[in-house]
Amino acid sequence: MKFTLNVWRQNGPQDKGRMETYQVDQVSDDMSFLEMIDVLNEQLIHQNIDPVVFDHDCREGICGMCSMFINGEAHGPGRGVTTCQLHMREFSDGDTITIEPFRAKAFPIIKDLMVDRSAFDRIIQAGGFVSVNTSGNLPDANATRIEKSHADAAFDAATCIGCGACVATCKNASAMLFTSAKVSQFALLPQGQVEASERVLHMVNQMDLEGFGNCTNTGACEVECPKGISIENIARMNREYLSVSLTTK
Amino acid sequence: MSSLNAHIPEGPLADKWTHHKAKIPLVSPANKRRLDVIVVGTGLAGSAAAASLAELGYNVKAFCFQDSPRRAHSIAAQGGINAAKNYQNDGDSTFRLFYDTIKGGDYRSREANVHRLAEVSASIIDQCVAQGVPFARDYGGLLDNRSFGGVQVSRTFYAKGQTGQQLLLGAYSALSRQVAKGRVQMFARHEMVELVVVDGKARGIIARDLVSGELERHSAHAVLLCTGGYGNVFYLSTNAMGSNVTAAWKAHRKGAYMANPCFTQIHPTCIPVSGHFQSKLTLMSESLRNDGRIWVPKKKEDAEAIRSGKKKPTDLNEEDRDYYLERRYPAFGNLVPRDVASRAAKERCDAGFGINKTGEAVYLDFASAIERYGKEDAHVQGIHHPTPEKIRALGEAIVESKYGNLFQMYEKITAQNPYKTPMMIYPAVHYTMGGIWVDYNLMTTVPGLFALGEANFSDHGANRLGASALMQGLADGYFVAPYTVGTYLADDIQTGKISTDSPEFAEAEKTARDRMEGFLNSNGNTPVEVFHRELGKIMWDQCGMARSETGLKKAITDIRALRERFYKEVKVPGKMHEMNPELDKAGRVADFMELGELMCLDALSREESCGGHFREEHQSEEGEAVRRDDDFAYVAAWEFADHDPGKAKLHKEDLVFENVKLITRSYK
Ligand SMILES: Cc1cc2nc3c(=O)[nH]c(=O)nc-3n(C[C@H](O)[C@H](O)[C@H](O)COP(=O)(O)OP(=O)(O)OC[C@H]3O[C@@H](n4cnc5c(N)ncnc54)[C@H](O)[C@@H]3O)c2cc1C
Ligand code: SF4
Ligand code: FES
Repeated sequence: MKFTLNVWRQNGPQDKGRMETYQVDQVSDDMSFLEMIDVLNEQLIHQNIDPVVFDHDCREGICGMCSMFINGEAHGPGRGVTTCQLHMREFSDGDTITIEPFRAKAFPIIKDLMVDRSAFDRIIQAGGFVSVNTSGNLPDANATRIEKSHADAAFDAATCIGCGACVATCKNASAMLFTSAKVSQFALLPQGQVEASERVLHMVNQMDLEGFGNCTNTGACEVECPKGISIENIARMNREYLSVSLTTK
Repeated sequence: MSSLNAHIPEGPLADKWTHHKAKIPLVSPANKRRLDVIVVGTGLAGSAAAASLAELGYNVKAFCFQDSPRRAHSIAAQGGINAAKNYQNDGDSTFRLFYDTIKGGDYRSREANVHRLAEVSASIIDQCVAQGVPFARDYGGLLDNRSFGGVQVSRTFYAKGQTGQQLLLGAYSALSRQVAKGRVQMFARHEMVELVVVDGKARGIIARDLVSGELERHSAHAVLLCTGGYGNVFYLSTNAMGSNVTAAWKAHRKGAYMANPCFTQIHPTCIPVSGHFQSKLTLMSESLRNDGRIWVPKKKEDAEAIRSGKKKPTDLNEEDRDYYLERRYPAFGNLVPRDVASRAAKERCDAGFGINKTGEAVYLDFASAIERYGKEDAHVQGIHHPTPEKIRALGEAIVESKYGNLFQMYEKITAQNPYKTPMMIYPAVHYTMGGIWVDYNLMTTVPGLFALGEANFSDHGANRLGASALMQGLADGYFVAPYTVGTYLADDIQTGKISTDSPEFAEAEKTARDRMEGFLNSNGNTPVEVFHRELGKIMWDQCGMARSETGLKKAITDIRALRERFYKEVKVPGKMHEMNPELDKAGRVADFMELGELMCLDALSREESCGGHFREEHQSEEGEAVRRDDDFAYVAAWEFADHDPGKAKLHKEDLVFENVKLITRSYK
């Protein structure tokens, strides 16, 4: 297969950036999208052009590192996949493909397609944990029974990979889906109850400080989320937030 | 050759750890605040260690090369984590977990370490549940378990096919809590490129800030390497793209011995290789072997017909299929340990029974499981005389609830529906049992340098059992290192801050800088990736599932030649002081090329077959591995010498077995 690629090139946060066009051939349909970029990069090195910088690691849809905006969609066409799980068989021979970074004020561009998502880490640092030290003397793991449906729902929320597709997709660049997934995981488990109020206040506060936008319930985030995190989590977080902010006022 | 002291505490096996902990000197909180610890790597081992040490009051600096600690390779672990909880009341115990691990490792691991691992395993589950890790539960609300290869009890805790993710996010949350408190300083997108040794002790590292490209000096009273495994020396593996040996290798060059480097785990159930530009291989969790049956056609004509597309697997009747694991190992069947399952697949494919284009694939078939579950469920639901379609539908639903995400992953990669047609699988490099030599306290041969998790060699002998790496990483990080590192640091209370202005720091920084500039100034024309691919092929062909004297000797010659070419012909674009992934990769591949030679040397010197190490010269008539306990019941620990990886000196740590009898592993 052959493709024409329009790729965003930006040599650091201060650079203005521009689109460059490259041709790749020798692509086979069972290659992943990132393997196609590998082919492009080997070719660019031979042509004395700096290879395209992008984030990736696990290449199996779980680390959340890959982050390309392909033909106007976070992680490209196809639902429930990350960029690394996208295969070239989803495209047709001869297609033109446009590749940009995840764009958001809170995700500054480092270089080319690589962005800085450390704002997500700081949201977790603000309260995305249960405060227990390592001790070796905690209650037995089966001491508290947890209803299967709650455990399963907590798990579903916990599968967020922190990729940022939700932010990149949202017209307001809101981080509500990401933040609410963590809040929900703990809200659904007895372990999370003790600190529930502080958690939601601190995490939402940090989210605002980082410069993420407001949620206007468009639901676009849910559609592009590779892990199918549901916007019900946002509703749950709003309820939690409301009840705390009412009681603390 | 000298022998090594592992500092194993005296006393009966089951009391060693308790007694050892009781004797540990205490450091007051005020003094802990004066002690700095560097933790390189924030996977399960590193995040757990960094969080726990910070909770105790030490100043911790943690490093990882990804953009966030949450993305370490541990995130990809699928199947589960073992613990001797005996919740299923099926006869499990600390001793049984210990015994299974020693036996599974083919008697090449240290009894005392393995027993400690089994002892703390139960606390790991308690710790994780308290952190809010959402493990799978049954309808009664209690934790659920599954079984894994090489054992006959159900002791594996899991969170669907994403156990590693959930455990790592648990450890990451503990780490984040300490970052928020200012007790851990987190350096993401930083790569350790040198170890700094001052007066014989590990006192810091040189790290490259991957965003700015600057080299930084960081000092500490102790350094913990939690940098994962080196499976990517084979180029294609199930490891993440960035997984590397650089940190461990730099430590090796500064005096840390590498132990059993040739012990590699080749996992039997991975998606087969499909093309030249393939960058990595994807694991299909071992948990699938609970329900999947592995087979190839009985007749070569059928295998050929399938390869050429004239027949489909579903065209073959039961009697035309060879369920070779069930045939060869009736007691364990499809649940034999990984090394055994992998070799058996290779044996069938080498004999011409492989079933994909390349001839290197076997089937993993769920049809029987779907039928069995379907019938069971029909019975439960009170459906009398269900139609075959109904049974299938019910069965598929149950299989989906157990393995849904794995099936989906398979379908995304191969574009085939594994509910309707069997999966195709083949062994792939997955894990490295070998690693940095450590004593009972997880300290390396460089005082003050510790190694945790997959980076060390300690607990899995010549073969790791499924679901035991996550257990080991968290055991080392949460429950072992916090004690043993504390013991070491007790002597450093008066030392004061370690200066980074010493000649040792300056020299380490210069070494790193010279190396990188060397790459950038090379006049070659070949991308790094090409050399890595070539190295991988040599390693896979000669130091993979089967090894021989001639093959290994050839590999050593080839790797040396490749290394020479690499330095002449490599082309690394870009500059030093910028984000430059090609430069990072060049450094990693250079280290892999040295490690590869050492692995072959180690494999050559171990003239026996054990676990994942199969020497063709040492097999029985039926093709089973022949271990040679009289001559090889030792850990081979290699010391870097004469500036040449091929001149490494061998030291032996004799393995003493006081609590288990060495027997030939039999899964028949
Ligand atoms: C696909 C897959 C599935 C698996 N499934 C299971 C399973 O079900 N059960 C099980 O028990 N085990 C499983 N394993 C094995 C297990 O996941 C790993 O052995 C384990 O997670 C390793 O943890 P770790 O903390 O030692 O290292 P890792 O998680 O690999 O972390 C390494 C850390 O070191 C950092 N690092 C590395 N080099 C440097 C450097 N030079 N400078 C700075 N930082 C560096 C990285 O950034 C990272 O933070 C699986 C492995 C794979 C590949
Ligand atoms: S909610 Fe979905 S899209 Fe957003 S970070 Fe998590 S996984 Fe990515
Ligand atoms: S590279 Fe890990 S999710 Fe894509």
